[in-house]
Amino acid sequence: MTAMLEMRNVSKSFAGVQALRDVNFSVHAGQIHALVGENGAGKSTLMKVLSGVYPHGSYEGTIVFEGEERRFRDINDSEALGIIIIHQELALIPLMSIAENIFLSHPPSKLGVIDRDEVYRRTRELLAQVGLRESPDTLITDLGVGKQQLVEIAKALSKRVRMLILDEPTASLNEADSAALLERLKAFREQGIGSILISHKLNEVAKVADHITVLRDGRTVDSIDCHAEPIQEDRIIRSMVNRDMAHRFPERSVKIGEPVLDVASWSVYHPIHPERQVIKNVNFSVRRGEVVGIAGLMGAGRTEFAMSLFGRSWGTNISGSLRLEGREMALPSVAAAIDAGLAYVTEDRKQLGLILADDVRKNITLASLDQVAPGRVIDDIAELKVASDYRSRMRIRCSDVYQETGQLSGGNQQKVVLSKWLMTDPKVLILDEPTRGIDVGAKYEIYCIINELAEAGRGVVVISSEMPELLGICDRICVMNDGAFVGEFRGSEATQEKIMRAIMRNERSIGNAAPAAAEMGGSQP
Amino acid sequence: MTDKTVSLPEERRHGSFIKNNLRNYGMLMSLVAIMLFFQVVTGGTLLQPLNLTNLVLQNSYIVIMALGMLLVIVTGHIDLSVGSVAGFIGAVAAVLMVTHKVDYTLAFIACLLVGAAIGAAQGYWVAYFKIPSFIVTLAGMLVFKGLALAVLQGQSLGPFPPTFQKLSSGFIPELLPEAGTLHPTSMLMGAVLALGLVYASTKGRSREQSHGIEVEPYAFFLGKSILLACAVLYFTYLIASHRGLPNVLVIMTALIALYGFVTRRTVIGRQIYAVGGNAKAASLSGIKTERLTFLTFVNMGVLAALAGLVFAARLNTATPKAGLGFELDVIAACFIGGASAYGGVGRVGGAVVGAMIMGVMNNGMSILGIGIDYQQVIKGLVLLGAVCIDVYNQRR
Repeated sequence: MTAMLEMRNVSKSFAGVQALRDVNFSVHAGQIHALVGENGAGKSTLMKVLSGVYPHGSYEGTIVFEGEERRFRDINDSEALGIIIIHQELALIPLMSIAENIFLSHPPSKLGVIDRDEVYRRTRELLAQVGLRESPDTLITDLGVGKQQLVEIAKALSKRVRMLILDEPTASLNEADSAALLERLKAFREQGIGSILISHKLNEVAKVADHITVLRDGRTVDSIDCHAEPIQEDRIIRSMVNRDMAHRFPERSVKIGEPVLDVASWSVYHPIHPERQVIKNVNFSVRRGEVVGIAGLMGAGRTEFAMSLFGRSWGTNISGSLRLEGREMALPSVAAAIDAGLAYVTEDRKQLGLILADDVRKNITLASLDQVAPGRVIDDIAELKVASDYRSRMRIRCSDVYQETGQLSGGNQQKVVLSKWLMTDPKVLILDEPTRGIDVGAKYEIYCIINELAEAGRGVVVISSEMPELLGICDRICVMNDGAFVGEFRGSEATQEKIMRAIMRNERSIGNAAPAAAEMGGSQP
Repeated sequence: MTDKTVSLPEERRHGSFIKNNLRNYGMLMSLVAIMLFFQVVTGGTLLQPLNLTNLVLQNSYIVIMALGMLLVIVTGHIDLSVGSVAGFIGAVAAVLMVTHKVDYTLAFIACLLVGAAIGAAQGYWVAYFKIPSFIVTLAGMLVFKGLALAVLQGQSLGPFPPTFQKLSSGFIPELLPEAGTLHPTSMLMGAVLALGLVYASTKGRSREQSHGIEVEPYAFFLGKSILLACAVLYFTYLIASHRGLPNVLVIMTALIALYGFVTRRTVIGRQIYAVGGNAKAASLSGIKTERLTFLTFVNMGVLAALAGLVFAARLNTATPKAGLGFELDVIAACFIGGASAYGGVGRVGGAVVGAMIMGVMNNGMSILGIGIDYQQVIKGLVLLGAVCIDVYNQRR
């Protein structure tokens, strides 16, 4: 079988930095080829070379696609041949409908007038194909990230696809949506479409990949035929980071103290649809030194719960009691919440966590400027010292603290956000998807930081859609579904099956045949 | 892949140092180049003491408003009403002082308060009701233009009390014995300013050094300080040799220093930039984004009122047409000075340099006898060009 795509000896450098060195990479028709590596290993660069974002001539090496050498000038050239890339950052227009987004560049038309019936008919077909149950009229802004991802794929399918490139497609999806997406990939395989899957999630890669290529520092360091040999995650991780990761989750000594955060009969209503109760009379508590995980499907209300605690930054008509170290607190604003000792690390660090145009220093001190500004005037040297301190403590890799945070990798950005919140000296930290889109090495470092925080006697709450992560780092896992806690497990007792079962049982008991739940049930043994 | 984790090699660090500074001082160099150009083509008229004094007086109100506008733009908004507000305040001042013979100090304070109230009214809609500032202030522009006409009943009103006129046309009093055409008090103030600037930067540098912070190379620093001190002294000398320092120049310098300090060194300044950079992230970091936006508009109102007073004092009459089109010069000054239309980026120094570029071009082209028609064309192209260069620089 000859390869559908062959990239030979591809090298590419930016301003003296070698991003790719002599990379060889090939994909067969009907093959799912996983590309793994740490952030900065060169995966995205390689895909940009392939899709023509970096035009022919700006790199060395050759690309052979379907038997011919190709010299793409831009992304249109590669798309014309059916090479479609779906970027990590979704490129949908929020205030347009699903149908308008799918047929944005090539709407079916008669005499230059868009044929709306045809648009709707084909959109419905495509949505069915990707398993998305939404009306073609729904605006993108009203969809969650998971569903937006499916719209992107539907958009890709509306064109002639020979090869689909997915850059971290499941980074922002929960387990059920991820599983559904991977099933789609398998279906595409049957149709002879070649897929390139860039992912940090090795369990997913192991599930679907036919072949795995590992990149490190711009070189191919390992290539595994999944049908010829069993997939060993440890081997992949070892080649990715070039260090042995016997333990993916750091050890720690657990010392749990008295309760620090106590929430009772907390309920929250939707800010736009005030009749909808999003959080339903929940009770929740965290003790000093405890790491509590909140598991759940996307849309279960985890982020909404966390944000409503954090100075009522989400929702309306919030009621219930919130005690910090036994004292009843009102916390009407974010500033009050910070002062009281709460910190919330947002799910979306680029949109909600960082000021990307500002440097590392300014981002770190933003929530606690008073500490470096006696009399409201900033002591720039004190500020610089604090920032440099966090930089070395958290091992933030940046040229200096004056580097713009927008230029840092995801892991380092997350460390800047964590530094910002550590500087407020919180009693309780809520981390919402703290390792989303972060490579294995940086994840480990984030876990170490979480452990240090707990050891220092803080209460830590981790919201995560990656169950192995919750199982690996939490002392206790609470399962949220449909705005209520439906299960609670000690860290040592919890398993993925138990958590999923808690969610499923609840889904069934409330008679909500959500498609996500049904599919998840199918993928469970 | 934007993973620039490795620390840069030494020579690249030096290179990036020069590059960053070029970006910071680029507009200043353009100003110097433009001044040299007009100095040459006008045969030395531009920098004659009389003309230089006029240049300062003509542009003072633009600079004053640019300080407020910069903050508004940094928060990601715009204020189109400043010209009308300045004109309206001039009219109110005339009615108070000329028609009703109100004491000038009282009238002055009342006008600033009215300015604050106007800013608060507009800021309220923008900050708390989330109505786009473009629309709110477009409405304000019409409203206050109309109100100015109504207050003055379509007539010009003047003259102002002599003491009030001193706000614009006065010079600082001479306290020292005369020394020919030179005004020693003015020279002394210039010298003190120059020394103060050099002292502050030297102290800052040695303080950074003592904390082991990487500082610019000594040669750079020395050259920069000497240039700065010489420039200040030279311009003081030029202006002092006419009639001394104008009062309004002193006010302007003080305001520039104040706003420079507020934006760079205070908590509120930092928070304003954070709001403009990412309002959601700022609000989730405990910053009261709405209140800050509101306050920048109040501040803008006060400065527009001050500018209106300065302008009225300079003309010595309030006319219904006063302030017409000022907003365009003010906004252009901020953008030429490197402020970003998306918010979060912009420097006080940049806005001042931008205002001066516009001022020097107006003045120089007038001396050359270029008609008002082509002056507008050239100014428009300069604005576009400056912003293009800035955007290009940012992309690299």
